[in-house]
Amino acid sequence: MKKLAYYPGCSLTGTGRAYDESLRAVFAALGEPLEELDDWNCCGATSYMSIDKAKAYALASRNLALAEREEADLLTPCNACYLVLEKTRRHLADSAEMGQRVQHALDAVGLRYEGKVRIRHPLEILTRQIGVERIKEAVKEPLKGLKIAPYYGCQVVRPYATFDDQYHPQTMDQLLKATGAKVVDYPFKTRCCGASQTGTLPKVGLHLVYRLLKEAQARGADIMAVICSLCQFNLDVYQGKLRREYDLPPIPILYFPQILGLALGIPADELGIDRCVVSARPVLERRAAHAA
Amino acid sequence: MRPNIRTEADRSPEFAHWITSLPGAEKIRECMHCGLCSASCPLFAYMDYSPRQLMYLGREGFRDDVLGSFTIWLCTSCYQCTVECPRQIPVTEIMYALKRRAIEEKTYPRRLAIPVLAREFRRMVSDRGRISESWLVMRLMLKTGIHRMFGMAGLGWNLLRTGRFSLRRETIRDRSDLARMLEAVGRDSEVVP
Repeated sequence: MKKLAYYPGCSLTGTGRAYDESLRAVFAALGEPLEELDDWNCCGATSYMSIDKAKAYALASRNLALAEREEADLLTPCNACYLVLEKTRRHLADSAEMGQRVQHALDAVGLRYEGKVRIRHPLEILTRQIGVERIKEAVKEPLKGLKIAPYYGCQVVRPYATFDDQYHPQTMDQLLKATGAKVVDYPFKTRCCGASQTGTLPKVGLHLVYRLLKEAQARGADIMAVICSLCQFNLDVYQGKLRREYDLPPIPILYFPQILGLALGIPADELGIDRCVVSARPVLERRAAHAA
Repeated sequence: MRPNIRTEADRSPEFAHWITSLPGAEKIRECMHCGLCSASCPLFAYMDYSPRQLMYLGREGFRDDVLGSFTIWLCTSCYQCTVECPRQIPVTEIMYALKRRAIEEKTYPRRLAIPVLAREFRRMVSDRGRISESWLVMRLMLKTGIHRMFGMAGLGWNLLRTGRFSLRRETIRDRSDLARMLEAVGRDSEVVP
């Protein structure tokens, strides 16, 4: 098995740190501790690509070159990072002109990229490489009675669906089911959360958030599971603001490894459970009381 | 106010040529106006031109309509249009190119915070190699109106309370390497010389 270099991305060092904490804890508990890519840089996200294409590709490709030097593939949890790195990998392979331009930039700092790095997602590694069966066996505290809406967001399945179905992704569903929880049917699995429009144009962005939350509740979910730090941020921190306009009971938004971690018996404070603005404690305690 | 009737005088052949020369965008000429891009767009209801209209106006060379449109700034890059298009038009990538050109030519609607965010984001990444979210948001608010800060007090408190607000400046070790790399790429321009 090829070495994996963990690429957390900027959000996971800031507002999305619970994703980082829980992911590291889960992989360690499964005997596959994460090793961070040395001196990784920002992928550029959507913003850099909106200003300068060649520099955006060069920026992202530095991470590919660093991983190639370590003879590793990149393990990338954030949706935006995942897409940017995957798009860069493909574009450098397809466009000789851009490939040369980027290599020229890498030459300036003694790096090389020859196209050997694959971009992997934790959902892919957990379901395909580690395997759902192994995770099922490692479950110590089954989450029986917990009803979860699985929300994948956009960029992990669009425009490329590399390891899951583009319209009906299943990998997170499989992992959540392995914990003993119930996964509700959620038709907005891959609908946009509004991305940065929640901040730049809130009167538009927040309505997209509202629809996602409301639908999850209408489907009977106690919590939502997410895989992207921007999705988590949007769905979690704006609920108070939305409640001023809409009838919207609180619904906690957890990263999927936080839920996996709970089932694996990892203490809640090692999983960043209390980093949710809408506390997950009441739902989790109610479930535990019910199951007892 | 935009005049109701466009005329031939409003066309820019250069713009039509530019947009259809973007990678994959020659397929705009094959657009059959099925409207799946618009129908699948989660921001469609808020746009001045639908994605379908924007692609059409672009290929016909109506530069000012396209580059002044809100549509390109409402696009969140969710790629729904791209995967739905039966002609494989890379709509989202074309939106990116339109953003780049609108920023370069300064034709974006002035009161929008989105291009400002993109510029501040680039500045921080080019300088430090990583984004420190708290600093980025504060810079954005300084540039687009300090009044926004007041509405954010509750949000800021919630992030502080949950340990998600950090004033640490994230940075990479090889900052000078990154600067040299970006320098070596050279200047990129969407505008045809």
